[in-house]
Amino acid sequence: MSSPTSTPGRRKRNRDDIPATPKSTAKAGSDGQVSPPSQRRRGQDSSNGDLPAMPTSPATDIASPAVHDTSLFSSPPQLYSLEVDMSSPLMYGTPSSRVEGTPRSGVGGTPARQRPDLGSIRKAPQVDLHSDADGAVASEQALGQKLVIWGTDVNVGTCKEKFQRFLQRFIDPTSNEDENAGLDLNEPLYMQKLEEISVVGEPVLNVNCSHVQSFDADLYRQLISYPQEVIPTFDMAVNELFFERFPDSILEHQIQVRPYNALKTRNMRSLNPEDIDQMITISGMVIRTSQLIPEMQEAFFQCQVCAFSTRVEVDRGRIAEPAVCRNCNTTHSLALIHNRSAFSDKQMIKVQESPDDMPAGQTPHTTIVYAHNDLVDKVQPGDRINITGIYRAVPMRENPRQSNVKSVYKTHIDVIHFRKTDEKRLHGLDEDSDQKLFTEERVQILKELASKPDVYDRLSSALAPSIYEHEDIKKGILLQLFGGTRKDFSQTGRGNFRAEVNILLCGDPGTSKSQLLQYVFNLVPRGQYTSGKGSSAVGLTAYVMKDPETKQLVLQTGALVLSDNGICCIDEFDKMSDSTRSVLHEVMEQQTLSIAKAGIICQLNARTSVLAAANPVESQWNPKKTTIENIQLPHTLLSRFDLIFLMLDPQDEAYDRRLAHHLVALYYQSEEQIEEEFLDMAVLKDYIAYARTYINPRLNEEASQALIEAYVDMRKIGSGRGMVSAYPRQLESLIRLAEAHAKVRFSDKVETIDVEEAKRLQREALKQSATDPRTGFVDISILTTGMSATARKRKEEVAQALKKMIQSKGKTPAMKYQQLFDDLRGQSEAAITKDMFEEALRALADEDYLTVTGKTVRLL
Amino acid sequence: MRMWFICRFCCPAAQSNSNPEWEAKVLEYFKGQLKEKESHSWVPSLNDVPLHYLKPNSLVKFRCLVQDMFDPEFYMGVYETVDPSTKANVLRCGKYKDVTECGVDLNSRNTVTAERQTFYCVPIPGEIPTVVSACQGKNQARVVPSTSYVPSRQKRSYEEDDDDMDTQPQKQREPHTGGKFGTVNGLPGAGRPRQETEAPSSQTTTPSDCSSHLDLNFPLPGERGPACLVKVYEGLDSFKLNDTLEIYGILSVNPVLTVLGEEKDPSLLLLNPTESMETPEEQRAHDPPASLVPRLHMLYARPLQHNNPLLPSAPTEDQSAFVSSFLVEMASVRAELLAYLTHVLLGDGLAAEYLLLHLISDVYTRRDVLPLGKFTLNLSGCPLNSYTERLYQIVQQLVPCSYRLSMSLHTMNSMRLVPKKDYVANRLVSGALQLARNTSLFLDETQLEQGQLDSSGVRNITALGNLISWQKVDYDFSYHQMEFPCNINVLVTSEGRSLLPSDCQVPLQPQVTPPNMEEYLTTIHMAQFTSQINKFRVYLSLARTLDYSISDEVTKAVEDDFVDMRKDDPQSVTAEDLHRMLVVARLLSLSLGQTTLSRDGWMRAKHIDMLRRSRTEQQKSLNGNEP
Repeated sequence: MSSPTSTPGRRKRNRDDIPATPKSTAKAGSDGQVSPPSQRRRGQDSSNGDLPAMPTSPATDIASPAVHDTSLFSSPPQLYSLEVDMSSPLMYGTPSSRVEGTPRSGVGGTPARQRPDLGSIRKAPQVDLHSDADGAVASEQALGQKLVIWGTDVNVGTCKEKFQRFLQRFIDPTSNEDENAGLDLNEPLYMQKLEEISVVGEPVLNVNCSHVQSFDADLYRQLISYPQEVIPTFDMAVNELFFERFPDSILEHQIQVRPYNALKTRNMRSLNPEDIDQMITISGMVIRTSQLIPEMQEAFFQCQVCAFSTRVEVDRGRIAEPAVCRNCNTTHSLALIHNRSAFSDKQMIKVQESPDDMPAGQTPHTTIVYAHNDLVDKVQPGDRINITGIYRAVPMRENPRQSNVKSVYKTHIDVIHFRKTDEKRLHGLDEDSDQKLFTEERVQILKELASKPDVYDRLSSALAPSIYEHEDIKKGILLQLFGGTRKDFSQTGRGNFRAEVNILLCGDPGTSKSQLLQYVFNLVPRGQYTSGKGSSAVGLTAYVMKDPETKQLVLQTGALVLSDNGICCIDEFDKMSDSTRSVLHEVMEQQTLSIAKAGIICQLNARTSVLAAANPVESQWNPKKTTIENIQLPHTLLSRFDLIFLMLDPQDEAYDRRLAHHLVALYYQSEEQIEEEFLDMAVLKDYIAYARTYINPRLNEEASQALIEAYVDMRKIGSGRGMVSAYPRQLESLIRLAEAHAKVRFSDKVETIDVEEAKRLQREALKQSATDPRTGFVDISILTTGMSATARKRKEEVAQALKKMIQSKGKTPAMKYQQLFDDLRGQSEAAITKDMFEEALRALADEDYLTVTGKTVRLL
Repeated sequence: MRMWFICRFCCPAAQSNSNPEWEAKVLEYFKGQLKEKESHSWVPSLNDVPLHYLKPNSLVKFRCLVQDMFDPEFYMGVYETVDPSTKANVLRCGKYKDVTECGVDLNSRNTVTAERQTFYCVPIPGEIPTVVSACQGKNQARVVPSTSYVPSRQKRSYEEDDDDMDTQPQKQREPHTGGKFGTVNGLPGAGRPRQETEAPSSQTTTPSDCSSHLDLNFPLPGERGPACLVKVYEGLDSFKLNDTLEIYGILSVNPVLTVLGEEKDPSLLLLNPTESMETPEEQRAHDPPASLVPRLHMLYARPLQHNNPLLPSAPTEDQSAFVSSFLVEMASVRAELLAYLTHVLLGDGLAAEYLLLHLISDVYTRRDVLPLGKFTLNLSGCPLNSYTERLYQIVQQLVPCSYRLSMSLHTMNSMRLVPKKDYVANRLVSGALQLARNTSLFLDETQLEQGQLDSSGVRNITALGNLISWQKVDYDFSYHQMEFPCNINVLVTSEGRSLLPSDCQVPLQPQVTPPNMEEYLTTIHMAQFTSQINKFRVYLSLARTLDYSISDEVTKAVEDDFVDMRKDDPQSVTAEDLHRMLVVARLLSLSLGQTTLSRDGWMRAKHIDMLRRSRTEQQKSLNGNEP
């Protein structure tokens, strides 16, 4: 009976059956949307209304009064009403029909599969609205199609037709969903998908509800309001269409339609009684999954006397055991045979609302979700998912010993479709999950803000207002928040270019570095905050641990991976152990993390910007030393930072005064001013999110020229003094900064002003961090090689002087170390330290001029 | 009595709901009645009156902390019952009730589904017995069989006031009724064993013995009192976790709610999917026996600004009158309190001054991530041998809520400080840092000995550090952490400099060295009259609530001063010092009852900060000389 072709006959029969209760039908129809109990009533009415049973399939139903009895009268009336389901209007996929193997025509031999996600298999009658006294609903329908499903305004025929039309005609040229990759966007989308099904053989058709909505709003409304009736109709429609097109294809079972992306509800918190029995989509995080629960769909009974067998459908968790064997009329002779009964898989999943959806200061809500059949075990705890399903409310079970009931319903969602939102985070960029929905007005506000000429300054001053001044640092961090444009060069063999800006802050303790880090961490959605002192290499990268529940090995990701597409704030960077720091080399340039442990070898994406803070080794910044000497970090790591800022305590009166004013104001500002600033933070958040998602600036001609010039200029400065003053890395970071600045302006083009600002900022940062304390010049090699050019030059000079001195001494094969040192000091005009002397000796030893053994120096 | 009236009022209202606005009217009526003078004191309080002395379905109040928020639930707001004999249908109201009447017609089209949410509420953690007993004193509501009943709370406070030096007197009274709760099937209130149970004295006890000993999930070990499931109908968004509320609601202790002891029919369980979706742990947490955890249907909740019973609680006219009358006294009370604290701190006046400032500190606002107004004090150089314990007892007497965390290696490693979500039971398992606002947290670092902190110990220390620096606690939700801002006054006592960060460190310099510390402190303690102590309490709570501002003129002076200080020695005064001095100035002014900063106030703040700094530097140089 599951074959659609057999339905018309049945429908005709129904029409004759039902007119007994036309009035109540109409009422139920209009009340239907109000609340669940009243909807539930529909089923009850049908049985109380002394209607003849709906024939399931001729073989079992009509011939066997026992079965008939089951579905209608076996359970006590009260309990019966508890969970009456409206169900498929057509006996779509009843187990009995599957077993009976009713002959089909068009659909071929493909068995239907029942859909527990839509409720148990009960047949809701259809109503002939024409016989209705107040045929208000009927008038909307075409004359020939008068049947609607009880309690709804769904007409099966119309609905089917509409959906088929949708499948055949819907085109979405702007689609950018990943599922549609490889499909021709100008052809009907879903027909291509059907073709795919015929090839792949996976009988599931996912339908985006927003497509349905844009195609036929009324159909969409019906789908949302009566999913239990409409989805089986869709199923039927799609199967008819499919087997018409591909009559020869063989599928495991008939195609099931899985709608997703219902726009009704997005947030778990906004679920309310009105959503019951409607289709909803919510997002959340899986926190628990249960074991697989086999749920009996159909019980198999065998008579112990005559071995006559019969099947009984499970009705809302109850099996009505036939009391009398129909064959031999023995009473109580039927026994349940477990392994011939039909079971379906079921799994309970608990979902918690995602942290971003929650108002501050409240705990997250959880919802119970039931997955059926092949959706079982599709998700794991920790997954972030979008769930489309039917929201259900079931009254608490009545205790037979007590006369009154708890007045509370249990709610759950029968899932129809899962969509993992973090599925591809490990592999590609998931634009979808990042997309924040902005309202029109919001976008307008943001655009207005962007068009202001001083937007850059405005934003940077809105950043961490409680921290005083450090304008350039804030600007740097602002650019970091926006980031550069992602470029893909994998085709030319260089892979992804880093688009993230890394920043290092170093300076005296107590200059609110930590506070700045905390602020950034709180501002960005995917930020992580760790302290170098407390974190280990595994804490930053990933570690393998045994799941306490499943005893499986699972890969737990650390801070760097978690902040993929976000910012990782690392405090006390200098306190980090060397092994931990070495992890960062890969992350900060290649943006990936390679892991090889416990049999798991993989490469994870870690496209994170690093914002680090380091304290000088001697607790106070020593202005006589270079940055490298002050913070004792390897230059290989330092060169990976685009901007290195010093946060020093400037000791000047005007600054002090402004600082004092700022602080006092901070403490005693009025309420309104505080309000204002909070607004700023929200705007800033949205601004950044918007720019990150929608703005992808590219260099224009002038800007590239400006960049080239800037780079050449930088190289020139050094060449005059015989040193390299810029490396390609500087050029790359210049590009990133310029792009970020263009993003700040919401501009799709990187222009000269962006380059100018990038240049200025880089110069400022270099001025602070790469100034050679001996000469006062900015020397990039301090950061790239760990030693300033003058220092290197000086080293060479000392070595030469030493060589000269030894040569002048004539042929003395061996010399005392100490004496040589004293001689050199006496000869040289500049002060020579022991370190310098030793370095010179080492340099000469490298030239194979001499060797040092213990306290003597030998010439070779 | 009022509650009788209310009982009668509720029932007809529920049954004849011809008027849809009746709900709003009921609420308005109650709010109006409760606003009337003294009227709220007629309502019996769950905090003081044991459950079995309260009538079910009567109006009660409950002073509590929102410990956990459960998922919203749908219930039958209106339903229809069928009388089996007459077949008459009656519409009934399901609001403010847990259980429906007999014979519900589940198919009635008049059924209205509505939504409500359940909060798990516990008495305010660390509330000292004096508060409790004082509240009792104010409540004239005496419940029926009061002759035979001695309020246990009073007994307890008596013990403590008596100073029999037992820090946990409640230990003496073992819960003698464990295990019975589940099976009680009798009428509510009749011959029921005592309701109060203790939280397990240490959270290390395994939850497996829940059957006999239900874990009521109190934040602090050793707490007792009724926990309550509060059903909230209106204004769900206005409540936050850890809010302190005074809830007026209808008490429900219907034994039907007791699922725990019920024998489950395993076959029913197998077939009914709705039952099996809850784990036993979850059921235990969400449906504890009503005799143990009563249900309270909220009519009206009042957020508590403070839980000091000596102050008028509502911000009304009589409060401002009270404040202005007390302001006159302020300076003299301050002097007395200072003298008292000086005695307690072994004659150290400066430390006493700082302690006083600490006690009235309060996070009054937050600027982005920065909490303003917090003033964590580190009293270093505390004498050993239970001095800190005594000190805590004295502090405890002065503030409404307090908790002493002895930072021994064992407690740090084993205790749960940060609340953690238990996904099996679907509840937030509380930790010692889930405290109400303005609770005094006394960290006793003198108890720390050498040894190794394990990973949970390190986490606990980090949590304490975060609490002190940012006034926030990161609750552990297993898959992510969630940040809850808090407002806790932290006092750290240590021998040397504390390993935790603090806003201000004061090395204690005892002026007297009493031969017998115990005796010395006990004498000081005993010398104070209760009236005196009460005055101190009012003073401390009141000083905290005063408004404060700073004039432009003084702002200018402060700026000048800062610039001058930096001129002399830029290294010595940093922005951080200015931060601290501004807080000190604020607290100093408030402690004198001044609501604006004066020049004098600023100079005084500078002066005592100078004194303190010279003392710490002295300490530093002393330590530096050590080999």
